Amino acid sequence: MDVIYMDNNATTKVAPEVVDAMQPYFSEYYGNPSSMHSFGGDVAAKIKEARENVARLIGATADEIIFTSCGTESDGTAIRAAIESNPNKRHIVTTRVEHPAIKNLYESLSKKGYRVTFVPVDSLGRLDLDYLYQNLSDDTAIVSIMWANNETGVIFPIEEIAPEIKSRGIVFHTDAVQAVGKIPIDVGKTEVDMLSLSGHKFHAPKGIGALYLRKGTKFTPFMVGGHQEKGRRGGTENTAAIIGLGKAAELAIGHLAENGYERIATLRDKLENNLLEKVPNTMVNGDRDHRLPNTTSTSGSACTSGSLEPSHVLRAMGVPFTAAHGSIRFSLSRYNIEEEVDFILEKLPPIIENLRQLSPFWKQAIGS
Amino acid sequence: MWEYTDKVKDHFLNPRNVGTIDDADGVGEVGSLACGDALTFYFKLDENGKIKDAKFQTFGCASAIASSSALTEMVKGLTLEEAKNITNEDIADYLGGLPKEKMHCSVMGRDALEKAISCYLDEPEKKVEGEIVCECFGVTDREIERVVRENHVSTIEGVTDYVKAGGGCGNCHDRIQEIIDTILGTERPVKKKVPALTNLQKIKLIEESIEREINPTLKKDAGRLELVDVDGNRVLVRMGGSCASCIKSPVTLKHYVESKLRELVTPELVVEEVQ
Repeated sequence: MDVIYMDNNATTKVAPEVVDAMQPYFSEYYGNPSSMHSFGGDVAAKIKEARENVARLIGATADEIIFTSCGTESDGTAIRAAIESNPNKRHIVTTRVEHPAIKNLYESLSKKGYRVTFVPVDSLGRLDLDYLYQNLSDDTAIVSIMWANNETGVIFPIEEIAPEIKSRGIVFHTDAVQAVGKIPIDVGKTEVDMLSLSGHKFHAPKGIGALYLRKGTKFTPFMVGGHQEKGRRGGTENTAAIIGLGKAAELAIGHLAENGYERIATLRDKLENNLLEKVPNTMVNGDRDHRLPNTTSTSGSACTSGSLEPSHVLRAMGVPFTAAHGSIRFSLSRYNIEEEVDFILEKLPPIIENLRQLSPFWKQAIGS
Repeated sequence: MWEYTDKVKDHFLNPRNVGTIDDADGVGEVGSLACGDALTFYFKLDENGKIKDAKFQTFGCASAIASSSALTEMVKGLTLEEAKNITNEDIADYLGGLPKEKMHCSVMGRDALEKAISCYLDEPEKKVEGEIVCECFGVTDREIERVVRENHVSTIEGVTDYVKAGGGCGNCHDRIQEIIDTILGTERPVKKKVPALTNLQKIKLIEESIEREINPTLKKDAGRLELVDVDGNRVLVRMGGSCASCIKSPVTLKHYVESKLRELVTPELVVEEVQ
């Protein structure tokens, strides 16, 4: 069966170039990069190159990159490091629309006695910046705000927020898992202290991520062990995956430089605009002017649902239950082509029409 | 990812008997938009009192649609007495099984059928008996008791699978567990003990909690708390500042200081004032 895959905010296909780059490091060059002999040393040189590529993708320097196992580990490491480095501060801040990696961590810290502020968003998913700034104090240990939302694709103004947080002497972390590789990011111009990224969201394999740690930021490791990653993350390097992440970063740099995401945005817009037209009573979730180029989330009333609880992101935006239960996200990648968009545009509208006819609420929904 | 049987897929993709019956003999409505699924079920009887037609409308997932479709097929040709005996397990079996997380869809089918029959018999609408346990989905203790008894459910997760209770915020999990325990007659296992603090750790933590949490709060009323000694789980304190003369200070001590210290240090603590 041919698969049309438009769930790239969940995960992406590993790029063939990435697979090729990784291949030799399983059975041919399997040395330990920490070894003193050249069989390991050659691998260490490849890891150095990967680190430089990842750094270049976000405008960092190589020694500011710590390889981790995933976005969640990067997030957890960042938040815990900030808390441990500021033992006297008992207040932590984030948004109401974060990924569970941050949301659930903050909720568990709240049970341990930390005061938590969850900054709300408006109906377009835009952050309430006044609320954010008003709630900062001397007691605030860290602010963590995602760069882009995984469900709606809405991009938060991290460049604008960063100086406000920094001028108050507070550590600023951003979960940029959805943004890295999709939009240009330059930590040289944005004053974040820490930034999380994840390989499998931009065509590297699963099981590899990185944490950007600005030079001079206080840090305590989450995984204590050997001297790997300059003592900032113990454990033997996942060499093949790191090399894969480096290759994916290199490809993403090229893709961004060629404005490859313009093509993706064009496809996304075609999909979205035509769906809105062909399926009446449908709306886009989130701010269409500040959005990842690959993402569209739409809600249509009285259609169908698959989960018990509607998404916390859509609920935070005040999307009504009926629409929140009946929403669908498409997230594209550079491997999607126009024929696939056309196929969806042909098949999806009648499916939605059928489901609506099945619904006891449909008539009253269009009546209102 | 749900594993659906071919029969579930067939009834989802080609649902039977979709629609309404204008002159229905019985109509049953269950669920709501807020809960994420809802079903309206209609039936019409023939002159012999057998169900000659049944139709449905459903807002919900694939299993909800398939369960509704299956229900309408199952009841055709039955008398109401016979239809009354259809259980949610029967609906699931008809479909060759449902994923366990989706059993609530079959429960919804049975509930709609029961309501439609009550409607025909003109029975007073069965008031939702009992008290609401799960606020998120409006599920009562009676409904939870029923699935524990009839579907042999013995865990909170199981209850969620069948009637959705506990699938939202999770605040009602303790209450659901109590209901399960009462019915199954089992004692709740004693909560695992947290490894005990050493004396030194305990004293330090008490000191820190007073300095960081308690005194900043008392300070708002110009009060102050001083740690005198720690003897086992007895915390001996002296109230200072305006607390010393405040008539409410014993209340503050028990309600605020003690509960805060129990929360932050260990639940066994008892706070006592010394002069």
